[in-house]
Amino acid sequence: MQTANSNAPAIRILLVEDNPGDVRLTQEAFRDAKVHLEMHVAVDGVEAMEFLFQEGKYAKAPRPDLILLDLNLPRKDGREVLKEIKEHPNLKAIPVVILTTSASDLDIEGSYLLHANCYISKPVDLEGFLTVVRSIDDFWLSVVRLPAGERHGPQVNSNSAG
Amino acid sequence: MGPKSIRILLVEDNAGDVRLTQEAFKDAKVHLDLYIASDGVEAMDFLHRRGPHAESPRPDLILLDLNLPRKDGREVLMEIKTDPWLKTIPVVVLTTSGSEEDIERSYELYANCYISKPVDMEGFLSVVRNIDDFWLSAVKLPREKQR
Repeated sequence: MQTANSNAPAIRILLVEDNPGDVRLTQEAFRDAKVHLEMHVAVDGVEAMEFLFQEGKYAKAPRPDLILLDLNLPRKDGREVLKEIKEHPNLKAIPVVILTTSASDLDIEGSYLLHANCYISKPVDLEGFLTVVRSIDDFWLSVVRLPAGERHGPQVNSNSAG
Repeated sequence: MGPKSIRILLVEDNAGDVRLTQEAFKDAKVHLDLYIASDGVEAMDFLHRRGPHAESPRPDLILLDLNLPRKDGREVLMEIKTDPWLKTIPVVVLTTSGSEEDIERSYELYANCYISKPVDMEGFLSVVRNIDDFWLSAVKLPREKQR
C-alpha cells in the first residue's frame, strides 16, 4: 500500500520471537523507524518456516527483506530455522539478524558458521533493548542495501503468490 | 592487559578511499587496528598468512570492495565464505557498485551486508561511522579460534 509520505516500498521485517513482551517492545521501538516498514511476527520456528514458504494460512505472506531471529524458540529451534533459511536457494539471500538472550560463544560462533548476517545479544534493560533495535533500524534499514528478492518496482498492495 | 583491539581488514585498491576510511575510523568508539590489502591476491595471502603475511593476525571484520585488481572481490568473497577457517569472519561489502545483481549475488555468497559507497566525502565518513556504531558496538563478533 502506498503511503502519503513515502515513494519507497515498505520494508518487510519478519520477527521470529516467542516472548510477547519482546514482540511488543520491538514493535514499539520500530514505530519511530526512519523508513516505512511492515512487521510480521512468527512466534515459533515452525510458524517462521511456514511464513517463509508461504504455506497454509501464510499462502499470501510477503517475502521479508530482513529477518530478526531469536534462537530459543518453541516447536522448532531458531538454530534450525537459521540453517534451513541459509541452505535454501530461494531464502539464503535474506539477511538474518540473530536477536537473542544468549551471549554464549558457542551460540555466537555457531550462528556465524550457519551464515547468520550478524548476532546481537538482547540487552536485559528496556533502554538498552530500545537502543539496540534503533541501531538495527539505523544500520539495516538506512545504510545497508538489502537484496531485492522478488520485488519489481514500487509495491502497491502486492498479494501475488510465489 | 588492556582491552583487545578490534582488527579490521580493509580490502580496497583506491588510495583515496583507504585514507578516508583510516580517517573515519580515527574517531572509532573502540581501539582498532586497520590492515590494508590493495587487491584480491593480497587479501587472500593476508587471510591465509602466506609469504610476507605469515604473521598477520586474523581480522575480526573485513571491509571488501568488489572491484579489485588481480583477483576480483566477488571471488575473494566466495573463497572466504567457503573456507571453514575463514567463513565466520563477517564481511561487509563496501563498494561503488549499486547494481541489484551485485547486491543479490553478494548476499547469496553470504556477504554479511552490502553497502554502496557514497560518492561524497561526508556521506562516506558517515557510512564508516555507521559501520563502527553497528559492527564494533552493537554486534557480537565471533571470537578468534585458537590455532
